[in-house]
Amino acid sequence: MSALLEVADLRVTIGSTAAVRGASLTVNKGETHCLVGESGCGKSITALSVMGLLPRGAVRETTALRFAGEEIGRYGERQMERLRGDRMAMIFQEPMTSLNPAYTVGSQMTEVLRRHRGTPRAQAVDRAAELLARVGITAPGLRLGQYPHQLSGGLRQRVMIAMALMCDPELLIADEPTTALDVTVQAQILRLLAGLQKDLGLGILLITHDLGIVARVADRVSVMYAGEVVESAPTAALFAAPEHPYTRGLLTCVPVPGKAKRDEPLGSIPGVVPRIQPGFAGCGFRDRCAQASAACAGTIPRREASVGHEVLCTLPPRWGGAAAA
Amino acid sequence: MSAPAIEVRGLRRVFRVRQGLFAPPREVVAVDDVSFSVPAGSVLGVVGESGCGKSTLARLILGLLEPSAGDVLVDGQRLGGMDRRARARLIQPVFQDPFASLNPKRRIRDIVAMPLVAQGDVSRAEVERRVAEALDRVGLSREQGTRFPAQLSGGQRQRVAIARALVLRPRIVVCDEPTSALDVSVQAQILNLLAELRRDLGLTYLFISHNLAVVEHIASEVAVMYLGRIVERSESERLFAAPRHPYTRALLASVLTPEPGLGVPDVGLGDTMPDPANIPPGCRFHPRCPVAITKCSTEAPRPTADAAGLVECHLA
Repeated sequence: MSALLEVADLRVTIGSTAAVRGASLTVNKGETHCLVGESGCGKSITALSVMGLLPRGAVRETTALRFAGEEIGRYGERQMERLRGDRMAMIFQEPMTSLNPAYTVGSQMTEVLRRHRGTPRAQAVDRAAELLARVGITAPGLRLGQYPHQLSGGLRQRVMIAMALMCDPELLIADEPTTALDVTVQAQILRLLAGLQKDLGLGILLITHDLGIVARVADRVSVMYAGEVVESAPTAALFAAPEHPYTRGLLTCVPVPGKAKRDEPLGSIPGVVPRIQPGFAGCGFRDRCAQASAACAGTIPRREASVGHEVLCTLPPRWGGAAAA
Repeated sequence: MSAPAIEVRGLRRVFRVRQGLFAPPREVVAVDDVSFSVPAGSVLGVVGESGCGKSTLARLILGLLEPSAGDVLVDGQRLGGMDRRARARLIQPVFQDPFASLNPKRRIRDIVAMPLVAQGDVSRAEVERRVAEALDRVGLSREQGTRFPAQLSGGQRQRVAIARALVLRPRIVVCDEPTSALDVSVQAQILNLLAELRRDLGLTYLFISHNLAVVEHIASEVAVMYLGRIVERSESERLFAAPRHPYTRALLASVLTPEPGLGVPDVGLGDTMPDPANIPPGCRFHPRCPVAITKCSTEAPRPTADAAGLVECHLA
């Protein structure tokens, strides 16, 4: 497998907040890499960094930011514009805010292709109709003439996905693509993404806070906390043998149907996600961690628990004995 | 046996929705002939997709909306004839978004005190004492009571909303998606807090959520709503172990448990989305139902109730 996207030691500072503090990750061709974490942990900022869409005033540093083997870290806005929507595309959580309410679905979808490829309108419309059908929309001809507000949430998200696929991207970044949807629609959208990936060989970077989604769709998982990737592993390994205290805590927080007993307290992580200032040293989780020691205020070693399973923690491997059930 | 904490009889609520400048308004039946009772000290979970009428049901039970037909009885008394202050002493809400439901310009202790102050006949010393007690109950410090909502995290704000609901010592709390806006680690804290409060104070909850795993964790009984009707109601363990309505089965199938390797299930509901302004004839679920028979598209099923609960399906 070849690396489609490589991010090495990404650091993003926004004003007085260190939003990302040395995150590294790789997305291979045809692979789904899930970035999981709670709000404010830096996962969306990581995605926006890759797309070159950081808010004004954000400062980005990396040792490497490679897309399909090419270093894009020094690309200017022009060059990024050529990549975005063409070879790399992104879909967002709330399709209503990312679709333009004043234009029809058809005109927004075809614009991508006309702009990037100079495709004639008629051909672009055909392509849009074909993709709408591909994402499971019946009567694509009708939908092309409609405005976003005329569509249900599930349909809008399908339109977003179809629009992202207009130029046959190699990389798709999906930021919480199903969070605003009902569970039934969520299952449909995730099945759709999995099917598209299989057919088109897409590399997907999927951002979510939902460990259920991670377990079901990811090939590889990176857990982010306070701007760092604290654990990264193949999906099966992460769920079977989570190493980092944060990952383990997160896994006990999720009520599992048929597993948890009513009135028996769920596991929870005390405290709240801290806001990290530039110059902060040590482990961002140490204030909430039951196993924290003096060493946690120093430089945290990145160690390999097993092949491809990396942990950022001072604790010895398998600190808690057997893996959480 | 004492009276049930909440009893709802033939409850119906119709909204008139304007369609356009000249088109006649359309009727949307958000809650359609719903009846149930919740015994004191238990938790009724209400689940369903967006637009199924679960939030309208919550607002009807809180007395924030007038029913078009039917009755709501809280602690044996008709809600309709009740004075607002008396109602507030019996039943209190906790809403989804702790960012929108707290006044940003008031200090936490004043927000929590508001229901007491609105009662009018409580002394200042008593207000202070009860506010301190409520903050303590939800795990907030006195110092946090002097802050403003913007200075607290989402989980802390939801604790404030719960403290405000508890300050009048109500019997019943209506929780409408109380953890949906929170992170998972914080969601667990709030769920544990709600469970603890119910045990310690003997509260009754109506607990509305789209998250079935959360409902299973907290509810003793579960009602499944679809386009304004309760299509299945049963004791929680039974509903999750042996769902009888095809819609309940589809909802349960779409829950993604954190078990790797299982993939994303095909819930078999098709692409038709439910539209409350356009309820299909016959069984309202039939256009999406994977096991529908001809009868389902013409004849609405009657609810069949037994000791185990209620189900509304020709095939159950």
